[in-house]
Amino acid sequence: MTHPIPPGTRDVLPDEMRELRRLQTALAEVFAARGYGEVATPTIEYYDVLARGDEGGAPIAYRFADEQGDLLAMRADMTVPIARLVANRFARAEPPLRFFYIGNAYRAVRPQRGQMREFMQVGVELIGAEAPDGTAEVVDVLVAALDAAGLSRAVIGLGDADLYRQLLSEIGVEGETQAMLLDSLAAHDLVGLETEIAALGEIGDGEREVLLRLANMRGGAEVLDQAHDLGGAAVERATSRLRATYEALAARGIADRVQLDLGLLRDLRYYTGAILEVYDPALGHVLGGGGRYDALMGRFGASLPAAGFGLYLERMHIAQAEEERLGGGS
Amino acid sequence: MSGLAGARPASSGGPLTLAVPRGALFAGTLDVLDAVGIETAGPRGDSRALIFETPELTLVTMRPSDVPTYVEAGSAELGITGKDVLLEQRDRAVYELLDLGYGSCRMVLAARRGDATLDESERRLGAMRIATKYPRMAERYFEETGRQAEVIEVKGSVELAPLVGLADGIVDLVDSGRTLADNELEVREEITACSARLVANRVAHKLRAAEVDSFAERLRKATFAGSDR
Repeated sequence: MTHPIPPGTRDVLPDEMRELRRLQTALAEVFAARGYGEVATPTIEYYDVLARGDEGGAPIAYRFADEQGDLLAMRADMTVPIARLVANRFARAEPPLRFFYIGNAYRAVRPQRGQMREFMQVGVELIGAEAPDGTAEVVDVLVAALDAAGLSRAVIGLGDADLYRQLLSEIGVEGETQAMLLDSLAAHDLVGLETEIAALGEIGDGEREVLLRLANMRGGAEVLDQAHDLGGAAVERATSRLRATYEALAARGIADRVQLDLGLLRDLRYYTGAILEVYDPALGHVLGGGGRYDALMGRFGASLPAAGFGLYLERMHIAQAEEERLGGGS
Repeated sequence: MSGLAGARPASSGGPLTLAVPRGALFAGTLDVLDAVGIETAGPRGDSRALIFETPELTLVTMRPSDVPTYVEAGSAELGITGKDVLLEQRDRAVYELLDLGYGSCRMVLAARRGDATLDESERRLGAMRIATKYPRMAERYFEETGRQAEVIEVKGSVELAPLVGLADGIVDLVDSGRTLADNELEVREEITACSARLVANRVAHKLRAAEVDSFAERLRKATFAGSDR
């Protein structure tokens, strides 16, 4: 007779646990060496508190009432609880604040390899540091973390959560139509995006071309020049933050670890400005992501610019194993 | 290496892997591959093999409904499948790059010709009973149009369900509409148009951007998918 565990959860046995722990330790050392202090928050929070931070964000998997009848939920990420913690406990501290975390989070997803409903996230939050320097510091820490994990082939996708929205607004695409286009882009539905752009009555062919091509532009520094050549001043304004971030990364000597991606949008709605995604050639899934969330702290009453990233520990572990299996052969 | 065991790396170098759908889209897909100069003698032959190496691409053949699964995991960097499959598996995170135009059909709500059961069930019983191979798509459609439906999943010929009283109507993909006509069914509502789509793995779309884009561009030219622009 076997005794079941809930779908999307799993037991970890000693061989795997040893390797996961080794990975955690290596990452924790990197973060600590750069002045980040470890924090932990409760696995459960009041549902209202999580919802305040993340409207339309990561799908919460578990919610339930306690004996008082209060609605509780398992956290869907660590960023929102840490925003709450900073507002509660560090409201009068001198920024910038640097925290890292290693903890479980819970999401309503279809369970598969490297994507469980309960999963471990490792990451940092840099609170009170403006773009672009704050963003560049976070990317710098991310590069060091990937190197420490042996994933030096990993690439960091860098986009801007407001770029496409700003461009749409500038050429007069607003409201529901704009939301529809952004949804298609966030869902990676480029066919839907193309159809919707073709149906836009109020814009010219040149602008249509800009919207279409920009969504698919990704690569090195040349991408910014190509975008400028394509769209002129409006695109220049929309891409100026991204250019500034890229220059700050170049100054730190890590621009070659980054792929600029003008069509990148993440599905968590709290991002503003720079957004990040991490890819490793050994794994078909995204290793993690992050970016700026300058408006999030304000929702908890402590307006501070902020940036961070979170990595899926189990996926990093799978990527390590795959890299080993490939034996550096490619 | 054939990569039969376990998940393949998304971008280990070497040729890109394309998931090719067997079934209704198979012939159209091979024709398009021919048109862009990719060797299709292997899959066109009568071999039972599932993987075919060509100088440019590794072709892996599978059921259309498995394509998003392989592409999401990165076991194939690229894939071709029907929009109906993508609508039914919307939680699979893959990039939808291109409408290839062929294999076009319509997703419809159909019921027995001249029969009022469908409307009557909705009016008197509060919900329609709908048989379909696309339960999640059907549920979403009725939800979005503000109606209640009891969705019954079947695997085989859906047309049977309303004829023997299992359901009041069906949601299904129709091509010429002949199967509907032969079974005295008629289209009541058009839900959406479907056709073959090119999809890409999220990581490969970034890390092998140039190869993915150039393949998509060749397919676009071959299928005249962008002819409206």
